[in-house]
This record gives sequence, C-alpha cells and structure tokens, in this order.
Amino acid sequence: MALNRIIARLDIKQERLIKGMHLEGWRFLPDTPQKYCADYYEQGIDEIIYVDVVASLYGRDKLTEIVRQTTDHVFVPLTAGGGVRSLADATDLLRSGADKVAVCTGAIKDPQLISDISRRYGAQCCVVSIQAKKNGKGWDAYYDIGRENSGRSVVDWAQDAVELGAGEILLTSIDREGTRKGFDLALIEEVSSKVSVPVIASGGLGSPEHAAQAFKSGADAVAVAYALHYGITSIQGIKEFCRNAGIPLR
Amino acid sequence: MTQKIGIIDYGLSNLLSIYRAFAHVGAEVSIITEAKSVSGMDKIVLPGVGSFPDGMKLLHDLGFVAPLIGHAAAGKPFLGVCLGMQMMLSRGFEMEETPGLNLIPGDVLPLPALDAAGKPNRIPHVGWEFLREPEHGRWKETPLSEHAEVHPFYFVHSYYARPEHTAHVWAEADFAGFKFAAAVRNGLVFGTQFHPEKSGSQGLELLHQFVTL
Repeated sequence: MALNRIIARLDIKQERLIKGMHLEGWRFLPDTPQKYCADYYEQGIDEIIYVDVVASLYGRDKLTEIVRQTTDHVFVPLTAGGGVRSLADATDLLRSGADKVAVCTGAIKDPQLISDISRRYGAQCCVVSIQAKKNGKGWDAYYDIGRENSGRSVVDWAQDAVELGAGEILLTSIDREGTRKGFDLALIEEVSSKVSVPVIASGGLGSPEHAAQAFKSGADAVAVAYALHYGITSIQGIKEFCRNAGIPLR
Repeated sequence: MTQKIGIIDYGLSNLLSIYRAFAHVGAEVSIITEAKSVSGMDKIVLPGVGSFPDGMKLLHDLGFVAPLIGHAAAGKPFLGVCLGMQMMLSRGFEMEETPGLNLIPGDVLPLPALDAAGKPNRIPHVGWEFLREPEHGRWKETPLSEHAEVHPFYFVHSYYARPEHTAHVWAEADFAGFKFAAAVRNGLVFGTQFHPEKSGSQGLELLHQFVTL
C-alpha cells in the first residue's frame, strides 16, 4: 500500500490564512498562505490542501492566484477547493497548478459534478470533501462550510460519491475541527471501511499521537491545520512519532 | 552550449508543474505546441494526465507522433511522465485497445482490482512509494542514482506499463503487494510512472540528472 501521508490544510479567506473552530469563529494568522506553504514544504510536508471558505461569495480569483504562486516553488501535490460548482471552476484551479480539486457544496447540490470532473481529468483529480457532524448514532453530511445539513448520512454520501467517480474523500469532523482534541476515530473507521478510495482525516489533530490513532483507524492521510499553523507540533515530530508506532510514512 | 529541452503540449497535462520543476533545476526549457518544433530540441519531455486513447488521439491530430518517434530514433534523450510514459509503450488497454508510440515494446494494463487475498484494492493508486533497482541493475549512469531508493516518489495512476523485456524495467515498485514497473528505459528513452515534478527534492534531483545527461 502507498505510504501514509501528512497533509497541511490551509483555510483561506481572500488572501489570508485563517483558522476556526467547528468551521466557525475564523481568526487570521499573521502571514500569507504562500509563506506557510513554503515553510511546510521545506520541513517535508507530503501534500497541501487549500480550502477557500469565502470563494462562494467572492469568486475564486484570489485562490487561483495563491495556487499559482505556491506551485512556483512547492513541488508536492496540491489540492484546491472552495466554491467549485462546475467543471469550468475545476479547470480554472487545475490550470493554475493544482493537482486535484476538492468539491463539497457543489457536489451535494449536483452530484453529476463529481462524474464530470472525474471523467474529464481522472478520478485521482477529484477529491470529495465531506463535512461530518455527529447525529445520534451516525453522522450527517453538512455543506456551506458546516452551516447546512444535507440530511444525508455521511457513509451513504461517501459511497455514492465514490460510485460517481470520487478518487479521494476529505473527511472533516465538524465536532473536532479546531479543537485539538484528536480525530473522531469512529467516523474514520466507519467511512474508510465502507469506501474503496483513500480517506483523508481532518479535524482535531493536537499532538503527533492523534495522527497515529487516525492511521490505525483506517485513514490513508491526515490533514493538519491548527497544530502546524500555531507551532503546537512539527511535521517531523508527527512523522517520527508515527514511524516509531510502526506506521509507514514518507 | 546549454541543451534545449522541449515539453510537448498536446492539451492533456499538468504542463505548468512540470515546466516550473525544470525551470527550478536550471534547465533551458520551452513548451512545444507545434510538431515542427520537435526536431530543434536536444531533449524532449512528454508529460500527461488523462486517458491513453485521448492522449494518443491528440498526439496524432497535432502531428506529434512521427516527430517524437524520429527524436527517439535519432538517439536523443526522451523522458515520458505518467501518461506520457505509458504512451511510449506499444499498446494501451484503457477503455479500448490503442496503439502507442512503440518506443518500448509492451502493454499498458489496468492495476489489479483485487489483492492476493482477494480484497479489493484502492484504485487509483495514489501516494508515495519507494523504488527498487531491478535485479539486472539498470541505474548506473542514468538519471536514477542509488539515492533514489532512500526517499519515495509520488504516484497517481490506475494503469501500469508491462514491458515485454524485463531489461526495459528501469525501476520497480509495489502496489498492494503487486510488483510493477515504476519506470522504464530503452537506451535514452526514459519513462516514469511516478511524478518527479511532485516528488519534492528527490524528484527535482531526477529532473536535474536528466537535464545534465
């Protein structure tokens, strides 16, 4: 199997890097996303994910520019998402240098979008982003940056998305996002055991141990935001811990 | 004199990434949009992300097929990446059987759907894998050095190349226990299934070695 991956997730508002909790209460970080990415690349990050949280409102001009500037000197795979509603939107991001496109709201409103991107650019280009919130025994799939409940179960939606051509699932726990309390391991286990594509666990990493737990629960990759942006832990720190726990990493 | 490296633009690739990676390692690199420009290049790079039949159709429609075969026949260095590498083989079996450039005899086949235990594999195969030098030792004086085994390279694919002659396997890797050709080579025709332009400093080193070949 492919080596497990550590991914830096950068949420963006206009040209700034931001970080929230439960996908709300966003705060600005001091530097540009490009600057953080350059640092993470130097430190050995395996992949980058950009999510523009206001692209639906303001358009994607800022995001495509940030992607263009980042990929000038960052030579690892980059996923970009936020406000992607059409094949043309996806094309814009890929032409700016992104390797994959993440779709969330656009895919829930029009699942055909997944097939369109997957058929045109290949399944590996199409990351379906699912915002999961605990609801009784299961999880509901939310959209619009965690504000709206689609009324669909996360597992059903993930399975449908893969059927339609998703090459990867970016699985964000709204309950854990920004809390640094660790991943929702039951969620990771449930989704990764039901789909045939790689699952990226997002939301909750506060220490290297949390990454190891996510991998052991079935995640192929973990996304880290807060803990890296605020220097709570380092990429090498996470990798070393995981390797010592017997998890193969790049 | 600096060698001129041309990257073929046939409308199906991550052109920007590969162009920037070559520029980053100091190459004199240009993007080739017209078939007639191929002959003026010292080295050619054929990138590609997409399907085998689409890729070959575009190469034919744009008149690239004969000049590319001519470039290889003239003994000039040639690097194919991902779909670009796959099209260097004789035949592709993605969706329908399609003839390739036939610079390296062999087929391009789908990755196995099941592993040895009968469990479904995750396809596309996405992620970082270590390379191994084949037993017949093919790395000496090529862009892959012994250092290439130290750090992994980045793969994204659903199909793989199976050269007819094992001597054309340049590097091996594993997919869920299945051994496949991660890179192929026939003289100065080189192909990598992985993406050197997305493999961090390790990948840039390979491109640098190709530039200085």
